Amino acid sequence: MEIKELICIGCPLGCSLKVEMENGQVKSVSGNTCPRGDAYARKEVVNPTRIVTSTVKVTNGDRPYISVKTKTDIPKSKIFECMKEINNAVVEAPVSIGDVIIEDVANTGVSVIATRNAFAN
Amino acid sequence: MKSVEIVIIGGGPAGLAAAASAKKAGCNSILILERDKELGGILNQCIHNGFGLHTFKEELTGPEYAGRFIDSVEELGIEYMLDTMVMDISDTKIITAMNRVDGMFQIQAKAVVLAMGCRERARGALNIPGYRPAGIYSAGTAQRLVNMEGYMPGKEVVILGSGDIGLIMARRMTLEGARVKVVAELMPYSGGLKRNIVQCLDDYGIPLKLSHTVVDIRGRERLTGITLAQVDSTGKPIPGTQEDYDCDTLLLSVGLIPENELSRGMGVEIDRVTNGPVVNESLETSITGVFACGNVLHVHDLVDYVSEEAGKAGKNAAKYVSNELAQSSKPVRIEACEGARYSVPRTVDIDRMEDNLTVRFRVGTTYKDAYISVYYDDTRILHRKRPVMAPGEMEQVILQKDKLKEYPDLKQITIKIEQE
Amino acid sequence: MFDVVVIGAGVVGCAVARELSRYDVSVCVVERCEDVCCGTSKANSAIVHAGFDAASGSLMAKLNVLGNKMMDQLSKELDFPFVRNGSLVVCTDPDGLSGLQELYDRGVANGVEGLRIVDDKEAHDIEPNLEDTVCGALYAPTGGIVCPFNLTIALAENACVNGVEFKLNTEVLEILKLENGYNVVTNNGEIQTKCVVNAAGVYADKFHNMVSNKQIKITARRGEYCLLDHMSGEHVSKTIFALPTKLGKGVLVSPTVHGNLIIGPTAVDIEDKEGINTTRQGLDDLVQKAGMTVKNLPMRQVITSFAGLRAHEEGHEFIIGEVPDAPNFFDCAGIESPGLSAAPAIGVMVADILKEKLSLKQKSDFTATRKGLINPQNMTLEERNELIRKQPAYGNIICRCESVSEGEIIEAIHRPVGARSLDGVKRRTRAGMGRCQAGFCSPRTMEIIHRELGIDMEDITKSGGKSYLVSGRTK
Repeated sequence: MEIKELICIGCPLGCSLKVEMENGQVKSVSGNTCPRGDAYARKEVVNPTRIVTSTVKVTNGDRPYISVKTKTDIPKSKIFECMKEINNAVVEAPVSIGDVIIEDVANTGVSVIATRNAFAN
Repeated sequence: MKSVEIVIIGGGPAGLAAAASAKKAGCNSILILERDKELGGILNQCIHNGFGLHTFKEELTGPEYAGRFIDSVEELGIEYMLDTMVMDISDTKIITAMNRVDGMFQIQAKAVVLAMGCRERARGALNIPGYRPAGIYSAGTAQRLVNMEGYMPGKEVVILGSGDIGLIMARRMTLEGARVKVVAELMPYSGGLKRNIVQCLDDYGIPLKLSHTVVDIRGRERLTGITLAQVDSTGKPIPGTQEDYDCDTLLLSVGLIPENELSRGMGVEIDRVTNGPVVNESLETSITGVFACGNVLHVHDLVDYVSEEAGKAGKNAAKYVSNELAQSSKPVRIEACEGARYSVPRTVDIDRMEDNLTVRFRVGTTYKDAYISVYYDDTRILHRKRPVMAPGEMEQVILQKDKLKEYPDLKQITIKIEQE
Repeated sequence: MFDVVVIGAGVVGCAVARELSRYDVSVCVVERCEDVCCGTSKANSAIVHAGFDAASGSLMAKLNVLGNKMMDQLSKELDFPFVRNGSLVVCTDPDGLSGLQELYDRGVANGVEGLRIVDDKEAHDIEPNLEDTVCGALYAPTGGIVCPFNLTIALAENACVNGVEFKLNTEVLEILKLENGYNVVTNNGEIQTKCVVNAAGVYADKFHNMVSNKQIKITARRGEYCLLDHMSGEHVSKTIFALPTKLGKGVLVSPTVHGNLIIGPTAVDIEDKEGINTTRQGLDDLVQKAGMTVKNLPMRQVITSFAGLRAHEEGHEFIIGEVPDAPNFFDCAGIESPGLSAAPAIGVMVADILKEKLSLKQKSDFTATRKGLINPQNMTLEERNELIRKQPAYGNIICRCESVSEGEIIEAIHRPVGARSLDGVKRRTRAGMGRCQAGFCSPRTMEIIHRELGIDMEDITKSGGKSYLVSGRTK
């Protein structure tokens, strides 16, 4: 049996989690104060994922950049591939919060969406 | 002179929440004065996620979180002025402000909500020796440059201080192509949230050196390098532990200071620990009808708590202008001691309080399996075990009106940390 | 071909240039930095000494007292902040009181007016925050404080308006003797001139030694300082010096004309003439020494620390005049404290020498006055409104710590010998000089410089050279 220790990133509480593993399978999770901690631990030891936030260039807008995020979390290993696509993206104003900027970023099936508005000039 | 019932100083998360709540409490004459060109305050540059879990039960980025409050202020038809700097507030609540269009003007307010936020502690305050080249930025300034203006402060980065903005910027700079070599923290524990250490440093293999500080800064024009050294328990560098790092950028995330120049100017009493106004249960300062909330009151760890607190300040301001807020008659002092560094509020008037009063505080050092205790005079009425407490995170206790009423002669409420 | 090339745009070079600009003479000031006031003149105690320190009969003493006397008139003419706040030399050792008498006698011999020895009670009445151990003091009502940036910039602007050319970013590499003058070789080309005035601060020996066989040596003497927040500016009202004791020389504690409190300097001779770094030991020393004369110093209010270099010459005397074996080459060397106080007098003295030498005639169209930047903080609400109506940029605050508006920054950029860097803007307007130390206003000031001068953001510097502020765009 293998024990992995994690700090939960589900919320700012930052619970210290203990995950018992056997043959690559999660046996149990302890130390969490809510179900999100349990879910996080089970995922983190097998397939860690993150939400990526950054900025995308805007043309013809009231601001040169808008902030964006991946709509849901993507595999941790895809973060830099995702950033590459974000860095190459250009969007024309107007843009509204929630607009899809990149579809299926880095073949994750997840889209990158705007997290703020940009008005057209 | 123009008259307004409630003037809110600052259109960041605190000001926005205060305004919305004042309006909902029935006040129709509200004005937000904001110095930036848009509402939202510092949230506009906090493009990372992690906001709103408490308030909206979902994880939002800073601009999205701000966006919801801005929408609410717009929908409620609350008046605001942008690009407007408040220069002075008199003790009689005359506000002198200025902008390009209206020039310098004065407003007579009935109630004032202070919501100016906080600013970053600068290098000078730490008195780090060395040269004074370009390339030394506070983390928040770098955040603005990167996220709002689209400029990279530099490519090879060392960060001093493990406050949340420093941790967030370690990840941001890395994602944007810079190399973050190390984050150094003077204290033996981080000042930031644990989740940020995991997601911003561990994920990218950025080392965090606790009990370390910058002891030298090199470079006459642009920064060329810094020296780190380990510090002893008093914070003094230990000889022989120096390590040189070549870098062109040093980011400082070494603390936030409530921005109370205006409050001091109007004569509001300032707490020596929080550097924010001393307030009572209604979040009212030492000047009647002047309320404070958000980071100007005390530096918060989560914006959700700012919104909650500000909502209360706004509501009380509305009550004050409609004469529904009773005169404070016999406030009971709340004393934070023995591990609890301060409390907000500092007094509670039992007649004036709502059914529950959230008292927030921070601990002075890290604790494991210690207890938060609350005493009514000599009687312990709360003894709550906490697995972990750290100075970077706010703690809270809730005082109940019913319970307090059982102690009619109560002199003092004490909050302390106990080992057992 | 110029009549006079002045090397160095510090306070001395600018004072000389300004005095020369009264005459019908072509003058060029060459400065290796991107702005005036970038060397010794920018990092010092900002004090106008009364003049009791220097040895009686010395040039230092004479020019100090003279410079001090000129300061009121000059600050009116050129519109820079100067306050005659008075100074106290305090004695903390009852056995050392005779030292005060010595200073008093020397001051009287030097022509310092109004000097008075006061007892411990009067000293504490004048300055309640003096340490309890203070047992007597020398009071000099003529001591003053000045803004060294504004003084230097005012002199430069006035010189410029009166026809002096300023070549910035121009470093003198070589000085070659010509039959009738000198060829000054710089990184920006060669400049021929009849005369050279060497006002190069810590580098004055380098240029002197290029033309003279009688070598001089200027040692850089580093002085470290701490600057405290406005909140501490009234901790003392006079400039407090410590009478040297058995334990060594103390440091001064003084208000500044902008309402801060300054503490310093240390004094360490160093090899490196660019060594303007502060040191742990130096800063620790300051705190300890300042505490010997003034109590309850709020050291938590430190907003910045910095170091400056004094141009120390072995004889501890100003070297001013024509170099004997280099005709038409004039030194202003060894200008260490009280150099800032003496600068106006040095300017007059050098101009007088050159007037004689070149038989200069007064210009009829010399403009003696210069108006400083508009300071909205001194205006009434109505005046300020009028200003903003005409120029809306004055309604937009950029530096919130020091309440500096966009209008002031734009003006600083477009004035004669205007600002081109963040520090240039800072020295002229105080934007970035407050408690947040430019954290808030840097990006905004950069945008204004970018817009007004057409300099790319990537090319904007903190203080010239390679002090770039950003490395490029994110994407």
